[in-house]
Amino acid sequence: MTLSMQLPGAETTRDVVIEIGGLPIDVQTTDAEFERILKGRYRDYIKPGPSSGFSLDVQVINPETFDPDADAEVWMEGREWRMERGDFRARWNPAERSGQVQQSANPYSIDSVLRIVHTLMLAPEGGFLLHASSAVRNGKAFLFSGVSEAGKTTMARLAPPDAALLTDEASYVRKVDGRYFAYGTPFAGEFGEPGKNISAPIAALYFLAKGPDNRIDPVDSGSAIQRLLRNILFFAHQPEMVRQVFHAACAFVAAVPVYQLTFFPDQRVWELIG
Amino acid sequence: MPSTEMYLTQSADIASRTLGDDTLIMSTLDSTIFVLNSVGTAIWNAADGATPLSRIVQERVCAEYEVTDEEAFADAREFVGQLAEHGILSISDAPVPPLEAK
Repeated sequence: MTLSMQLPGAETTRDVVIEIGGLPIDVQTTDAEFERILKGRYRDYIKPGPSSGFSLDVQVINPETFDPDADAEVWMEGREWRMERGDFRARWNPAERSGQVQQSANPYSIDSVLRIVHTLMLAPEGGFLLHASSAVRNGKAFLFSGVSEAGKTTMARLAPPDAALLTDEASYVRKVDGRYFAYGTPFAGEFGEPGKNISAPIAALYFLAKGPDNRIDPVDSGSAIQRLLRNILFFAHQPEMVRQVFHAACAFVAAVPVYQLTFFPDQRVWELIG
Repeated sequence: MPSTEMYLTQSADIASRTLGDDTLIMSTLDSTIFVLNSVGTAIWNAADGATPLSRIVQERVCAEYEVTDEEAFADAREFVGQLAEHGILSISDAPVPPLEAK
């Protein structure tokens, strides 16, 4: 028989390993309610067992302010990234692959911290998060990018049954062995559903525009890079980070076909995709 | 020709990429993007801190394009002035030692 007891006042650390884009982050908390929130929101992205990768220690507090719509500020201090918004305060040490977060027990703050930390991890290897919906069809990934109201969520809603939706909000792009892959993310927009946790090589990036009919037009490299840079999620504006993102965008455009997709919002647009 | 020479140095606070004849430049200070056409690219590539603008214009612009020296130099002055205003190029009236140049 095994006996165990917990000392009064001792808190149990709970580990929830959230793996997005093949990068597992062990989110640690002593708060049972927050653990429940994590397990619900990231249910399709939770990896069993402890992570040997990255860790985030979340301290659940009652902050004086709560404003998840405020702009996040991200800056470098010493060897650490610092990030702050109206609803959280966090730090991330890339060398130690670990960080700390202070926030209340809500899903919005940790969602933003995860997005920021992933952009920081991806940039040095030429990857990024992109304002784009994306889907896998016939083993190939297609990205649909554009400003707000351009049609990202509409493309996701119109997707046929044989297309697996990766996200309607923030596409996850990684360069693996010289090829670009899109990964599913739990980062949902208006669609409200997490993407499917799969990945596929990227066949094309489309910049969206609504129009009277469906048409695909080529985009020259210079315009493609400029438009891509406008849509990459880009929280940290340190010169080295800006440089990495710029070169990542250039390399992506050199490797992946980029088009403008003008579309009338009905299912027929998907006849052009795949 | 100019009474005072101009020497151009590319800022260290930029990232750039040549695409065909054009060059895309991004300021790492404010993320502003500039696109230079082939003439702008020719001047940008020659901005080494040691070559005067008048020589760059004669060798890289007038030799390649049908334009008079005066017209080309006036346009080039305006162009480099705009780049300098945005901080992606600096202009001096004397050659810049290599260590100070990018």
